[in-house]
Amino acid sequence: MDAATQLPLVHARGLVKRFGDLVAVDGIDFDVQKGEAFGFLGPNGAGKSSTMRMIGCVSPPSDGTLRVLGLDPLKSGADIRARLGVVPQEDTLDMELTVRENMLIYGRYFGLPRKTVHERSERLLEFVQLEERVDSKVEPLSGGMKRRLTIARSLINDPNILLLDEPTTGLDPQARHVVWDRLHELKHGGATLLLTTHYMDEAEQLCDRLVVMDKAKIVAEGSPNELIRRYSTREVVELRFATDRPPDDLAARIDGLARRIETLSGRLLLYTDDGDRTAERVHELGVQAQSTLVRRSTLEDVFLHLTGRTLVDE
Amino acid sequence: MTYALRSYEFWLTYYRRSWRGTLATSIVNPIFYLGALGIGLGTLVNRSGSTPEGVKYLAFVAPGVLAATAMQVAITEASWPVLGSIRWTRIYHAMLATPLQIRHIVLGHQGWMATRVISSCAVYLAVIAAFGAVHSWLAVFALPACFLIGLAFSAPMAAYAATRENDGAFVVVNRFAIIPMFLFSGTFFPVSRLPLVLRWVAYGTPSWHGVDLCRSLTLGRAHWGLSLLHVGYLAAWAAAGLLAALYTYRRRLMK
Repeated sequence: MDAATQLPLVHARGLVKRFGDLVAVDGIDFDVQKGEAFGFLGPNGAGKSSTMRMIGCVSPPSDGTLRVLGLDPLKSGADIRARLGVVPQEDTLDMELTVRENMLIYGRYFGLPRKTVHERSERLLEFVQLEERVDSKVEPLSGGMKRRLTIARSLINDPNILLLDEPTTGLDPQARHVVWDRLHELKHGGATLLLTTHYMDEAEQLCDRLVVMDKAKIVAEGSPNELIRRYSTREVVELRFATDRPPDDLAARIDGLARRIETLSGRLLLYTDDGDRTAERVHELGVQAQSTLVRRSTLEDVFLHLTGRTLVDE
Repeated sequence: MTYALRSYEFWLTYYRRSWRGTLATSIVNPIFYLGALGIGLGTLVNRSGSTPEGVKYLAFVAPGVLAATAMQVAITEASWPVLGSIRWTRIYHAMLATPLQIRHIVLGHQGWMATRVISSCAVYLAVIAAFGAVHSWLAVFALPACFLIGLAFSAPMAAYAATRENDGAFVVVNRFAIIPMFLFSGTFFPVSRLPLVLRWVAYGTPSWHGVDLCRSLTLGRAHWGLSLLHVGYLAAWAAAGLLAALYTYRRRLMK
């Protein structure tokens, strides 16, 4: 293997994006390797989309180093974009054209011959299970279908990296699973995926490695399992209460039963390695919770631990 | 250049669905205008004995309306479609996720607007000829003139539209710039009838240069010097508009 193939596909050091006084991305470092599914996890406004736009070469970095496919986005934006596939947060499909026309037009932007575009769109539309809708207009398609079409379209140039900004936001659960399924398939085919999400389950499902972003900075990095191991416990006991606030003295009473306790509106989270045993001991103390739930720890817990806040506002 | 053609190709594909409707308006409109102005109003003007330029009123007003059509088609194509491609359909964003760059997006769309202007004006010119209001073979140069008039309006308008958040400003532009230009820059009567100050204001508008250029061509009275001045002035608006559009598009789309 020569040196060039070992370079990360995306390389960022001290990357900054400012909009006037607002610092959207505040000096972040990360590398994305070939064949990886890499995620940016964080709440809205954490700087994920700004980072994505810089990688997509449609937003010049304010400071720091960014290399995509070994090239500088400021100098070689168009060359880089020729080798990227982009699934933007808001659909940019043409609603009044047909599914096929959307594929054709997009392929032509890349300068692909019509014949190539036709062959590829046939294969890609089959891949995203839209082969029966090729001559339908885009407008009446469901949200999930539109998203799948956007994914098919983004693959028309056989990209080296696929950028997905919030790929399943706004989709119903069933549609999300179909999209995840397709992305899994791409991943197994060796594609390099970069995605942003504010869904924990999405990050756990799709990402080999991820960075947690909060307030324009990266607060943690690792695989989903590593992060859970490092910042959380194996299991969590959730005590839910009918009132907004659990009884005042409760935290003191159950202190020591868990490694760590988080107090949220209407519920207490007890971080422990043995959920059932902890739940049992809580009940022995006579704590009257409306319900008790023992579950595995998730990235949500990691985020809560790192920032003291929940990821998606409830 | 081939990159700009790719963005042009999008507009062509896009237009294929609606060309029938536009074709009908671009034939029916000139017939209505020329019928009402040239024949209806024209009968009164001709009877007064002293017609402008000493020709029948129809032959006077037709090239004026031709130039005004170039202006209006250009302004319409450069307002809603531009803002829509940024905010509603997000077509520009889709283009920008590919090897296309800002300049290709601007040139491709401007090229498309020019196509719309030229095709509307070609129909118009044919209708004028059918009404017998073309007096010279120089009229063939009226089409390239319309191309230039269109660009002198579409480029600055697109540059402006790319700075807007909603379409409210377009109504204002129409009401306070386009309609006054339509009415007072020599389309319907010679600007020599305006008070001196307003006459000089009219000379400053690109529409007067467009109207005068078109009229001198269809009446066969074009002079090299004045024609070059008209062309140069319109080209300056077009060039400044294109530079402005490159700037405002970049600022808007590549934040």
